[in-house]
Amino acid sequence: MKASEHINQLTNQLINYTLHLADSSIIMGHRLSEWTGHGPMLEQDIAISNIALDLIGQARNFYQYAASLKDGATEDSLAYLRDAHEFKNLLIAEIRNGDWAKTILKLFFFSTYQLCLYQKLFHSADQQLSAIAEKSLKEVTYHVRWSSEWVIRLGDGTEESNRRIKEALANVWPYTGEMFQPAQYETALFENSVGVNVSDIKNSWMEKVKDTFKEATLQYPADEKLWMHTGGKTGVHTEHLGYILAEMQFLQRAYPNCEW
Amino acid sequence: MENTRQHISIKAIWKLMEEIYDPEIPVLSIIDLGIVRNVKMNKEEIEICITPTYSGCPAMDVISMSIRMTLLQNGFSKIKISQQLSPAWTTDWMTERGKEKLKTYGIAPPLGKSFDTKYLEELKVECPLCHSLNTKLISRFGSASCKALYQCNDCKEPFDYFKCH
Repeated sequence: MKASEHINQLTNQLINYTLHLADSSIIMGHRLSEWTGHGPMLEQDIAISNIALDLIGQARNFYQYAASLKDGATEDSLAYLRDAHEFKNLLIAEIRNGDWAKTILKLFFFSTYQLCLYQKLFHSADQQLSAIAEKSLKEVTYHVRWSSEWVIRLGDGTEESNRRIKEALANVWPYTGEMFQPAQYETALFENSVGVNVSDIKNSWMEKVKDTFKEATLQYPADEKLWMHTGGKTGVHTEHLGYILAEMQFLQRAYPNCEW
Repeated sequence: MENTRQHISIKAIWKLMEEIYDPEIPVLSIIDLGIVRNVKMNKEEIEICITPTYSGCPAMDVISMSIRMTLLQNGFSKIKISQQLSPAWTTDWMTERGKEKLKTYGIAPPLGKSFDTKYLEELKVECPLCHSLNTKLISRFGSASCKALYQCNDCKEPFDYFKCH
């Protein structure tokens, strides 16, 4: 293969990788923002809306970078004009919020994953990815703290809160495996010191989750062979993503190039 | 001559930016916040480099626009505003004057050095109203991503704390 072809191929992988990071953040952020105005109490409503805002801000940084690599793309066209099969977000970001316990547990798993991921991405050979990771790390640290406190409160709380977080665990757990199974673009970029080897962060993720679960009096699921949902990273999604996009992209689809 | 002119312009621009305020905390200028990284001049073009406080901070777009407007009003026409993410902004960059202004405004200023894990633990935040240290954390997130919500156990007033970040 010619050198120029090789560079083109790597650029494509980098665009896919950056979009994957952006998509997971924006879809999780959009999902969480559904709680705005519906939180169980004002302070928590504000907290979860702030976390949603952080995630959407992180997504913007990734989209702006991806747009700079792709001819004719803008951050808005990437977020608002791609269809579901082009989105590369983790499935855990798109599944329904359910009750407060399920939302919290999803966020806790996802934030802990982002923390482990960005700690490594900070050392990426790609300066912009490293800068975005550095910027996001501080925000994600707060998200992990806030969500882990809630996992503990719910797990070690009342009979009902304990029942609900256990139900949430049964529901959400099968979506955690995908985080640590690298897509082809992740492997390619890891080999070039740009991306993170996600199978490497599994152990530190597990340790953090186990610590919190212990305090929350929750049992860490032991079955290593449990079947896990996958596909999000390569554009194979649950039925929920289409509904999210229908709402999120409505304005740009109905009124192209609209700004306010 | 050209050098001297550039030098004077750059100084004047720094001065102008002391009058541009954060839309969400209108007592703090962007200089107090420490978000202006660099001012450069290439011939007639001015490049201002700013750094976001939080990734999703909606104030950044408004701040960019304010910088542009102020410079245009002052006779500068070619303006480029760029954003720099690394090294990431921290509350350490906020000026002492800025911290004093925050306090007078009723927001407790950030304590300690950013990312000292000690400061991520529960803090003794001083109530900006009655100066008591007997305060409690109500919520890690307040009315903006940069703030947490506290309450004073003595005067009972709730107040914002600018998170050490």
